[in-house]
Amino acid sequence: MSNIPETGRTRRVTIRLVVLQVLVLSLLATLGGRLWYLQIRNGKEFTEKAQGNHIREVVEPAVRGEILDASGRILAGNETKLVVSVSRTALLQQKDKGKAVLTRLAEVLGVPADEVRNKVRLCDAKTPQPCWNGSPYQPIPVTQQATTQQAMQIMERREDFPGVTAQPTALRRYTNAEGASAAQILGYLSPVTDEEVTKTADKAGRERRLPSDQIGRAGLESVYDDDLRGTTGVDRLEVDNLGRVIGSAGNTPAQSGNNLVTSIDARVQKVVEDQLAQAMAEARKVYDKETSRNYIADSGAAVVMDVHTGRIVAMASAPTYDPNLWVGGISAKDYEALNSKDSNYPLINRAIQGQSAPGSTFKVISTTAAVQAGYDLNGHYPCPKSLTIGGREFKNFESESFGDISLEKALEVSCDTVFYGLAYDQWMKDGGLKPKKDAQDWFFKTAHEFGLGAKTGIDLPGEVAGRVPDRQWKQAYYDAMKDSWCEQAAKGGHEYADEIARENCADGNQMRAGDMVNFAIGQGDTLVTPLQMARIYSALANGGTLYRPTIGKAVVSPDGTLVRDIAPHEDGKIPAQGKLLEYIDQATAGVITSGTAAWKFTGAGWPQGKIELHAKTGTAEVAGKQTTSWLTTYSNDYAVVMTISQGGTGSGGSGDSVRRIYQALYGVDDKGNIDNGKALLPKPQAELPKFNPDGTAIVPTTFSYEPGATFLDPAPPAQADQPASVLLAAVAPTRGGGYGRGRA
Amino acid sequence: MTPYDSYRSFRFGPRKSSLARALAKDSPLRRLDWIMILAALALSLVGSLLVWSATRGRDSLTHGDPQYFLYRHLTNLVIGIGLCVAVILLGTRRLRTAVPFVYLAVILLLFAVLSPLGSTINGAHSWIQFGGGFSIQPAEFAKLAIVLGMAVVLSSRVDTGEREFPPTRSVLQSLGVAAFPMAVVMLMPDLGSVMVMVVTVLGVLLASGAANRWVVGLLAGGTAGALAIWKLGVLSQYQIDRFAAFANPALDPAGVGYNTAQARIAIGSGGLTGMGLFHGTQTTGQFVPEQQTDFVFSVAGEELGFAGGLLMIGLLGVILWRACRIARQATDLYGTILAAGAVTWFAFQAFENIGMNLGIMPVAGIPLPFVSYGGSSMFAVWIAIGLLQSVRSQRPIGI
Repeated sequence: MSNIPETGRTRRVTIRLVVLQVLVLSLLATLGGRLWYLQIRNGKEFTEKAQGNHIREVVEPAVRGEILDASGRILAGNETKLVVSVSRTALLQQKDKGKAVLTRLAEVLGVPADEVRNKVRLCDAKTPQPCWNGSPYQPIPVTQQATTQQAMQIMERREDFPGVTAQPTALRRYTNAEGASAAQILGYLSPVTDEEVTKTADKAGRERRLPSDQIGRAGLESVYDDDLRGTTGVDRLEVDNLGRVIGSAGNTPAQSGNNLVTSIDARVQKVVEDQLAQAMAEARKVYDKETSRNYIADSGAAVVMDVHTGRIVAMASAPTYDPNLWVGGISAKDYEALNSKDSNYPLINRAIQGQSAPGSTFKVISTTAAVQAGYDLNGHYPCPKSLTIGGREFKNFESESFGDISLEKALEVSCDTVFYGLAYDQWMKDGGLKPKKDAQDWFFKTAHEFGLGAKTGIDLPGEVAGRVPDRQWKQAYYDAMKDSWCEQAAKGGHEYADEIARENCADGNQMRAGDMVNFAIGQGDTLVTPLQMARIYSALANGGTLYRPTIGKAVVSPDGTLVRDIAPHEDGKIPAQGKLLEYIDQATAGVITSGTAAWKFTGAGWPQGKIELHAKTGTAEVAGKQTTSWLTTYSNDYAVVMTISQGGTGSGGSGDSVRRIYQALYGVDDKGNIDNGKALLPKPQAELPKFNPDGTAIVPTTFSYEPGATFLDPAPPAQADQPASVLLAAVAPTRGGGYGRGRA
Repeated sequence: MTPYDSYRSFRFGPRKSSLARALAKDSPLRRLDWIMILAALALSLVGSLLVWSATRGRDSLTHGDPQYFLYRHLTNLVIGIGLCVAVILLGTRRLRTAVPFVYLAVILLLFAVLSPLGSTINGAHSWIQFGGGFSIQPAEFAKLAIVLGMAVVLSSRVDTGEREFPPTRSVLQSLGVAAFPMAVVMLMPDLGSVMVMVVTVLGVLLASGAANRWVVGLLAGGTAGALAIWKLGVLSQYQIDRFAAFANPALDPAGVGYNTAQARIAIGSGGLTGMGLFHGTQTTGQFVPEQQTDFVFSVAGEELGFAGGLLMIGLLGVILWRACRIARQATDLYGTILAAGAVTWFAFQAFENIGMNLGIMPVAGIPLPFVSYGGSSMFAVWIAIGLLQSVRSQRPIGI
């Protein structure tokens, strides 16, 4: 007992107690250290995580601005729909991955459970439609047609429908105002892609794309997206672990987008759309001797432009489609249909994206080129039935001969051989096959000065530039094609194409006489868009100014105050001025009264003495296809251009329809009587529409165009009356681009 | 100095006013370790606030009364303090003789849990439900029983002066005393409690002065056992992942990995001074499951910040430091073992609990002493405080 101390501890125990104490101390120190590490050193990281944990951003989409016509009619508006959406994130947090919820939802909506389930599954290579191909974090719309009762059932039994929301949502609606679709002008919206969301994730406010956003992808919706879009509202909600809202962390209210007032007149637009369709339908009834079948009239375009401002009053493209297919997400089937050969790609706006050779409508440019090159406006030029140039015979239409005629007459009767001769003469002066260094190239130069080969700059996306097949283009094209030409030439075949390849391989970069004379009559490799022609003919009408075509007229805030005026913009002057312009004016008026279009205008009762029209017809050759019909016209106020691919002759294919458009604009009946009360738009609408205090436009109560009432006169064209509209049968195919075919 | 019997002096000393007697140098109140008591009380009160904050929005638990858990926690605290006072009044000696009965009673309770009387919460069959929402978790008392039982067995031959250190026979007996309740708790299964018990047994053996081979042997045995379980593939990958999820929450994101991740976010976002009581977004949003019990420390971390968390660790440190002092100053080995056992138990349980909140220990369902909500735990730790106090009361005045 002696070595047991009073305190009951041996030395060993004492040491061990100290060890224990040290151990305890180090455990506590460890905790303290770890606490410091988490809270002080890495605190920021966790603070952010906690933020993301308990703050949910609920996005309130801004109401998109409306697109209005010149009188304030709504072309693209909004309508409120009850949209039921499902959050995949919320579903996956449930024990059965949301199966029960979806089944209940299907019951409420009265659709099979599979249908709902399929709609919210994610698309991948193996999943057939329907499936969701947007962001997996975005609520997926299950239906946009929910009834109020269905929505109430869902929102009142929230505990039964975790992750399901039913909200009134403003959806785009393309209204078909006055029956006008304007599909390709308006364009369409589609949801943002994941990529766009991530790309703008670090931006703030309007710049930032949210997964629920819709973006204008085509037409005015795309170009004026910034104006129309508005600012998305964000409600920052504090939520608990089950997503129940327990507070608010501030919100930014949504701001509606601005409205866009356009220069489109819905009624005129309707007439133009109808007349384009009508012209194509009529063309399909006409027999084409060359191809031994009726004209196909596969596509077409028409443009009505205000000549004094460049504003577009109407613009139609055929075939067309229903823009409402895009609203609320286009189905895969519809999308495929819109992008297929069978439908002939109705999304294309052929007024700005369709290009073809202008044929004789180009001759106003050739005339200007000739005058620029120094030929006398009052001179007389031979119009034989044919000309032999470069070893080939270039004929007039139906081998007609007019003797020595003025340029005015040449335009009026569309004499090709006059322009062949002038172009050939110029080509020789520029050195022929051995071009001078300072070659004048009057014809190419003038074409460029008329704005060809370049985009007009219209406020629509995807415009194409067309082509002026000048020396630079020739060389560039040769450089690109040389190898394949020479390869085909080396095979030694004797087909026509092989011969062409052989020639092209040898000297395809040369500007040959044939190329030059073909260009002078708007053939060969020349390509233009209907809009370019409308702009050129507007310039002829307005004294020579090339305006930048516009559709947007003004941006107006939701309450109707002007935000931004979109003023007409002069891009330059055409080289035809003064006397020359008067001369062309006269010649193109002659086309209406006694020229190639006379049978469709004064011959059909057009009151030329009261409302003077000017026109040029064109019938352009296309390799392997039927001829393209062109009719380019203007009055003192409007330029109207219509073109139909594989539609026959210029006057035959589009004459009636273009005249009817003028009839509707000016209120002219078939007998030539003018009733201003029935005129849709005798003068372009200059003023902006007036707005009510609530921001809605005050639409004038004007009558609408009644198709078929007085303007439609389906008088079949009498074949015998057909004057010498330009048919380029005599034009030998150029060797260059392969356009034109060997009809001679 | 001679052993001092406080009660005798109380009864037969000269009569003084009760206040004077209470403050007298030889007063039994003066013999209590007030620093420890105040620390434990402070910790319990802080705990009541944290439990309140964690539960006031959990309507499914509180039946709509936000203060439900606050009141329950305070009630538990009052009962706990009452038990503590009872233990002090009972005194070490009388308790020492009663240890076998206490031990037996706990064993009976444990068996009752395994019988149809027991009920299952969170996968562990560890509770006995009484009417009125009251329930007890006998595993908490088993920790006490083990410390008490082992202390009696290990100290018996030493405190009588027969041996300097506990002989092999005593060590084996004491291990038997510990193993029995541990086996029953293991069957529940409540592995967290078993873990605390194993470490407590180690601490008890260490403090008893048992030969090194026992301490080292037990350590080696435990390690080898754990390794064997892991290597022999007794556990499925899922279970291993679950265990390891404390370090990498992604291993078990839906289970404990979620708890760990959320607790860590809560604590990490607290910063230096926290978001203020009731203002933690993780707590208010109920992102951390079991936040009033196992993850109560995350409330402190988030709402009271580094300062509050450190204060709590400090208060625990004060209790443990005073308990170590009591162990060193105990008049017999029994007292030393009791105190050291309580130290090991508190220290490890606190380390494990806070550690799993901080993501440095695997998740185990054990409460933070004094702080977590739960009657059994509160009672057990306050009884242990009572034991520590009575051990201290035995030592001569002046030390």
